[in-house]
Amino acid sequence: MSSLIQGKFSKWETVIGLEIHAQIKSNSKLFSSSSTKFGSSPNSQVSLFDAAMPGMLPVINEFCIKQAVKTGLGLKAKINRYSVFDRKNYFYADLPQGYQISQYKHPIIGEGAVTIDFKDGSSKDIRIVRLHLEQDAGKSLHDQNPSKTYVDLNRSGVALMEIVSEPDLNSSHEASLYITKIRSILMYLDTCDGNMQEGSLRTDVNISVRKPGEELGTRCEIKNLNSIKFIKQAIEYEAMRQIKIIEEGGIIEQNTLLFNPQLGKTKPMRSKEEAHDYRYFPDPDLLPLKLEDDFIEIIKKDIPELPDERKKRYINEYKLSNYDSSVLTIEKSISDYFDKVLGCHQDLKKSAKLVVNWITSELFAILKKNEVEIHNSPITPYNLGQLVKLIISNKISGKIAKDVFEDMYKNSLSPEEIVNSRGLAQVTNVKEIELIIDQILKLNYDKVNDYKAGKTKLLGFFVGQAMQISKGKANPKILNDILIKKLS
Amino acid sequence: MEFNTITESLEKINSNKISIVELNDIFINRIKKNKNLNAFIYFDEENISQQIKKIQSSKKNFKLKGIPLAIKDLFCTKNMPTTAGSKILQNFQPSYESHVSQKLLDQGSIFLGKANCDEFAMGSATNTSYYGNTINPISPRGSQLVPGGSSGGSAAAVAANLCLGATGTDTGGSIRQPASFCGVVGIKPTYGLCSRWGIIAFASSLDQAGVFANNIADTAILLREIAGHDNKDSTSANREIPNYFENLNQDMSGKVVGVPKEYILPDIPEDISKIWEQAIKSLERGGVKVKNISLPHTKYALPAYYIIAPAEASSNLARYDGVRYGFRSEEGTSLDEMYELTRSEGFGKEVKRRVLIGTYVLSAGYYEAYYMKAQKVRRLISNDFNEAFNECDFILTPTAPSPAFPIGEKEDDPIKMYLNDIFTVPASLAGIPGISIPFGKSQNGLPLGIQLLSKHFDEQLVLNAGLYLEKNNV
Repeated sequence: MSSLIQGKFSKWETVIGLEIHAQIKSNSKLFSSSSTKFGSSPNSQVSLFDAAMPGMLPVINEFCIKQAVKTGLGLKAKINRYSVFDRKNYFYADLPQGYQISQYKHPIIGEGAVTIDFKDGSSKDIRIVRLHLEQDAGKSLHDQNPSKTYVDLNRSGVALMEIVSEPDLNSSHEASLYITKIRSILMYLDTCDGNMQEGSLRTDVNISVRKPGEELGTRCEIKNLNSIKFIKQAIEYEAMRQIKIIEEGGIIEQNTLLFNPQLGKTKPMRSKEEAHDYRYFPDPDLLPLKLEDDFIEIIKKDIPELPDERKKRYINEYKLSNYDSSVLTIEKSISDYFDKVLGCHQDLKKSAKLVVNWITSELFAILKKNEVEIHNSPITPYNLGQLVKLIISNKISGKIAKDVFEDMYKNSLSPEEIVNSRGLAQVTNVKEIELIIDQILKLNYDKVNDYKAGKTKLLGFFVGQAMQISKGKANPKILNDILIKKLS
Repeated sequence: MEFNTITESLEKINSNKISIVELNDIFINRIKKNKNLNAFIYFDEENISQQIKKIQSSKKNFKLKGIPLAIKDLFCTKNMPTTAGSKILQNFQPSYESHVSQKLLDQGSIFLGKANCDEFAMGSATNTSYYGNTINPISPRGSQLVPGGSSGGSAAAVAANLCLGATGTDTGGSIRQPASFCGVVGIKPTYGLCSRWGIIAFASSLDQAGVFANNIADTAILLREIAGHDNKDSTSANREIPNYFENLNQDMSGKVVGVPKEYILPDIPEDISKIWEQAIKSLERGGVKVKNISLPHTKYALPAYYIIAPAEASSNLARYDGVRYGFRSEEGTSLDEMYELTRSEGFGKEVKRRVLIGTYVLSAGYYEAYYMKAQKVRRLISNDFNEAFNECDFILTPTAPSPAFPIGEKEDDPIKMYLNDIFTVPASLAGIPGISIPFGKSQNGLPLGIQLLSKHFDEQLVLNAGLYLEKNNV
């Protein structure tokens, strides 16, 4: 297996399980009506409940429950008809109640699975243990004052879904594919905005190493990683750290770690004496959550086409490869763009691969260069569709199309407008092309003789000359055919 | 004494025989004369006169127009500080009104002040309040008896006619036991009948608001006003609230009263057994059939209660950390130290004891043996009652194992103090309604209480039975 790591003495397998904390997309918090808007001024979105004022009580936000069920259905997971909210007790300045309301023994969602796809066309199923609902904490701001810590409770009580995987991942690459896939599913479902920079998706990594076939090693948990890059770096560093310790005869101590991106290293978060006993118990302020079949059925009807289904559709309808299809579908916005391009004209469906190439090479490159998101692309799906149509109907050559494409991006014009105004349409008129060919054959009389004497390689030279005169607009196939006829 | 019932006062207010100001002045003067009882933590005449002005200027048809009430200091009040009897909430001024007290304000009642109580409602003698003991107004000359607890300030205020009614909260007996000690009526309704929103939490699965009054009729009037669904409390029941007062009916003939044998304890004082016996006889004379019943798991109720209640309390009280409101120790140099000092200085001994017990029983390795086991016991106790109510309509027991005792007694023995709740705790665990009504006297002439229990949401039946016993007292 390629994912094994070579240590000093032997090969090692990394075993990884992830806990993804995804912020539910909802207007108000899990148990209060405060807004969840990101980036508001500190403590401007705090209800009496969020601040844990005496006598305040939680009331379940039904929309958040729907979002969790929707996510469960999207992860092809078991929806538990009975779940319980528990209190996880610990003291921290940004945890106003002194406990987090979470789900411990009876989560709302049970076992599920997601598929990750590799470049070589293979794929792997990653099992999901559970998904449970919980409150987010507030934020402690340590950098506002040299001697004081400020607390911002805007985030306090925002709904999170914690998605826990089995330890089915065996490399940093697999972990990144898995998170990308989960993020993709959540965004298709519209249950999480997937914005990792704003902390909408944060990951805890459980990691251990073993020699292939041996028992699981002792695991460490790396907390609160908020970018795929850091997750990969942290896994790679931590796996090597553990391998080194074991190979040098040491043992791994179970520990909670933090990753320092500046140093690229993990370090223990707290000492053993500080280990928490969370004293979970059912929250007596909330009744157990019971879901009716009807409630779930209504949500089922609301599930959109998900990446895997879209992928299958692309493979079956457009004969695209598994990998191309997964690249397109992983980001909903790309896939939506692709669908819109194909929706422009019936003929494009037969040239889907050409459309994929235009999106994944030219469009991606120009968007990346200009730091523009695909849904804000100045080249609309319709215009890209028209461009590809001009190519497949031989109106313009691929080379000219690239030129037109640049112009489309800069000036937000349609390809027809550019082709017409700049006179770039391909010349397919046989007589017109014959005139050009006659002209260059006359000018290069000596080379014609050489060709006839056996230097057939000169054909390329004649094509080039003719193209130059036609300013690239001559249809290459017609040009070729006439040249060969005239030279023989 | 005139003006000691709500029914009489409402009649006189509504027929303009007395003004709201005049009525309330009577009570304000009584409070001033009885400051030594320490029934109130907060009392401010100016505040009262502001409230009266508001009621006078309103044209609304109030159901409790001008009725002076005392509010246990566990209910958050928008216009009065709320302390829960604790230093940690000294001078805490909520920006909101509890659901129950808001309902009382909406009916035009006047809040005379905030009644003293045990700190965070943890106690049976109103002796754990940071603001001092409340003295039972029935104390014979030369002695100072406890009013019971935790709602001792409320019970004492009603007993001394410092108000016409009072709110209380009952977690394991905190309304019924002080009602019994002070010789007034006190009802703990079914869990979920009244909203807990805005009531400072002690043990959320047990806490329930209730009322004190001088008789059953007044109790029925007040109960109807505080009961009702509230969508801010997920455990509040959504059901029609009957007009308890209009439905009062003292004809008990044909009903069956259950007398649980497990409540007959070897060391129960003779005078208590005697009044229990007399109450049974009195009901019999009214045509009530007496049935000996068994509630087999009764003896496990107290231990289970003293696991569940502290467990929930340890978590509920975690929010008093000095970060956002209330008392904060200025000494700490780190966050953890600030917590430690704030909570060490801010909480009293009994609260700390229960937070420690609660933390212990929820700890890893002990949770199954204590908390889980206690929850199982709770289920069994609940089942006991369900089965008993197949045989009888209501249950009759003493309210407390003793009459009011002198201040200072049992203070150094928490277990003895906890035994005060022995008859009241099972109903709390089962969530069923319970009422204590004054019945008979002890050998020393102290009031005693009898407790009536019924099925979930059958408050009417205990009120009716209470009315019968009130009219047929010894």
